[in-house]
Amino acid sequence: MRVAPILSPDSGSLPAAPVLRHWASGVASLDAALGGGFAQGRVHEFYAASEADAGAVRGLAVGLGAGMAGPDRSVLWLRCSRTLGRAGVLQASGWSDLGGRPGQLLLGIVPDTLTLLRSAADALRSAAPGLVVIEGWGRMAELDLTASRRLALAAERSGVALLLLRIEAQPVPSAAQTRWQVASAPSRALPGQAPGAPTFDLVLLRQRAGPCGLDWRLEWHRDQCKFREAPLPGAVVPVPAGRPLADRTGRQRDGGGDDAVAGRSVRSAA
Amino acid sequence: MMPSLAGACAAPPEAAPAPLAFVTRVGGALRLAAVDQTAQRLGIVPGLTLADARARHPDLAVTDMDPEADRHWLGRLARRCQGWSPLVTPVPPDAVVLDMAGSAHLFGGEAALAALVDDTMAELGMTCRLARADTAEAALALARHAPGPVTDEPAALRALPVIALGLDPEATLALRRAGLRTVGDLAARPAASLAARFGAGAVTALRRLLGDERRPIAPMAQPAPLRFERRFAEPIAHERAVAACFRDLLVEAAGALEQRGQGGRRFVLTLLRSDGARHRLRIETGAPTRDPALVLRLFDERIGALADPLDPGFGYDSIVLAVPLAEPLGAAQPGLDGRDSAAAVLAELIDRLSTRLGPGGVLRLVPHDSHIPERGQQAVPASRTPAPVRWPPPQPGEPPLRPIVLFDPPQPVEVIAEVPDGPPHRFRWRRTLHEVRLYEGPERIAAEWWRRRGGELPGQGGLTRDYYRIEDAHGHRYWLFRHGLYDEKPAPRWYMHGLFA
Repeated sequence: MRVAPILSPDSGSLPAAPVLRHWASGVASLDAALGGGFAQGRVHEFYAASEADAGAVRGLAVGLGAGMAGPDRSVLWLRCSRTLGRAGVLQASGWSDLGGRPGQLLLGIVPDTLTLLRSAADALRSAAPGLVVIEGWGRMAELDLTASRRLALAAERSGVALLLLRIEAQPVPSAAQTRWQVASAPSRALPGQAPGAPTFDLVLLRQRAGPCGLDWRLEWHRDQCKFREAPLPGAVVPVPAGRPLADRTGRQRDGGGDDAVAGRSVRSAA
Repeated sequence: MMPSLAGACAAPPEAAPAPLAFVTRVGGALRLAAVDQTAQRLGIVPGLTLADARARHPDLAVTDMDPEADRHWLGRLARRCQGWSPLVTPVPPDAVVLDMAGSAHLFGGEAALAALVDDTMAELGMTCRLARADTAEAALALARHAPGPVTDEPAALRALPVIALGLDPEATLALRRAGLRTVGDLAARPAASLAARFGAGAVTALRRLLGDERRPIAPMAQPAPLRFERRFAEPIAHERAVAACFRDLLVEAAGALEQRGQGGRRFVLTLLRSDGARHRLRIETGAPTRDPALVLRLFDERIGALADPLDPGFGYDSIVLAVPLAEPLGAAQPGLDGRDSAAAVLAELIDRLSTRLGPGGVLRLVPHDSHIPERGQQAVPASRTPAPVRWPPPQPGEPPLRPIVLFDPPQPVEVIAEVPDGPPHRFRWRRTLHEVRLYEGPERIAAEWWRRRGGELPGQGGLTRDYYRIEDAHGHRYWLFRHGLYDEKPAPRWYMHGLFA
């Protein structure tokens, strides 16, 4: 039995929403577009571009989790028991190879989507974990606007971020702060033609009250727990001294549409 | 009653053939402290040095003697015996004494009770020697030293060797040297001369053994079960009334637990319906608690997770709350700002989710001692591993060497390699063709040949796996392996085992 607290300054009133904090990803252009980095206490959606990118989207979540949850707080990772066979078993060794701390990982196995959403909302409300991740496969019809708004409110109230991973799903309207499309990208080869650090193609599909349609190719730097912009693929001809750098044209990528200006500015910062 | 302890502690019943012995260090030598029945039959006796025993029987299986574990097990056996009599006490190292005066008739008499005890212990895998006598000392002496079943108690007691008195070794030796071999020899002498020669202790032990002097046993404390009950003159069916009553019970339980300095780990609520049906609801918490609000929330979760809702029917006659598992819990000092510590909040969340999803619903990954990738970790319920587990940190500067997800079982792929035992050149997985752009490998992982029968023989140890880290032309990273070397198997197959980020 706990002794009643002697002083409780905010007893009786609802706790005020915590100050909005950001986790700086390490890439200046990305952080600028997001207003300082990935916001804590918000919902971020990550859509795998194809089923083959299921590894990428989860790897990205592990990296983000290592950064956003903080060193001594748990990460609650929720998945559906029905999809375990297709999705594979989460590996602590791979988790730690990406810079996460598997000792802090709590794995929730839920029977259906409704329980998944309820458990996520409860975890967000309790503010006990440092980050909540939902690994969702398929359409998830139960995750409608109301449910997503509920999750967003719970996250805002507690200041704990929710990463919503969507695999084999088409983007649908939701109350998320940001919506991303994630795909694996060719990595920088290590000596001996070995695959290098994890590299992702990220497209910012939508952002509440902020720019969208931008894309980045990011490399996850495990030892510093930060992203950095991946160099363009292919052999890079060294720029001769004396020639202005501005000659290099930014690589225009599709998907930007009317935000092409911002997209180019991102690329040329590389 | 005297169960034969050491033999039953570790020996699995089906692995009978190898004799088993428990050793302890005496002076500079390892000596056998206890042996199992197989070893006894082979003539290996306690007290032998390990070297001698090994020389006689090289296949002797040896384990360290663990007196603490024996004492713990004896305590558990004694608690099991409390069902037959309230006065039970364990007598280390190997005996339990039951005072069955006044309780034997409940089981059909002393002989029937003895048979019942024997059967129950046999079910637990224990061999025991039972003896009944007027005093605890006599029963212990008969159980330990009587050669066979006892029919005439006084005669059997008098025939016991003097070691049964339990005197110190010097006094026992002195008695033997004086030509006094049995208890009967001693009893025939005048007590005064015995006391003069061997001390008053010998006389007291003799009188107790023969029942001239009685000493009550000091029974194990038997804590009253934590059980709280409400009975109603009229059945109650209204949800609010049931909830209010349940809250009262929880507050009562909290008070009782606080008096004992304990917190409950397991709570069982039984609702007895007026038509005789009973509903049992059980919750468990990861840490001991006596906070009624917390327990109430967990029961709400439990009721919410039921497949069919509770039907009160014509109402409940009585409501019972039991706390079958309680652990010590001291008072905690909260912070001055009134906020709970992060660990407590997390434990509460784990309890809630575990109650909703079942104990296997919230897991932590802990390392498992195996180099085979799919056996390198174990998922254990988070409510039973409160502390975060330590995992070895990765090598700085290296790319990820292990995948983030593993397929179990591995998925077959069709691979085209440039040379038979070379790396894959392209492969087909889930009906898609992938061109290999970058690869690293092979990382050769041998099978755990020591787990197989005859695995140490060449060609019998299981197939070796050659793992490759692969990146295809689109940048997807995979973990593929070839199951078997070419000299182990003619056409080894390839499998997709995991995905990298």
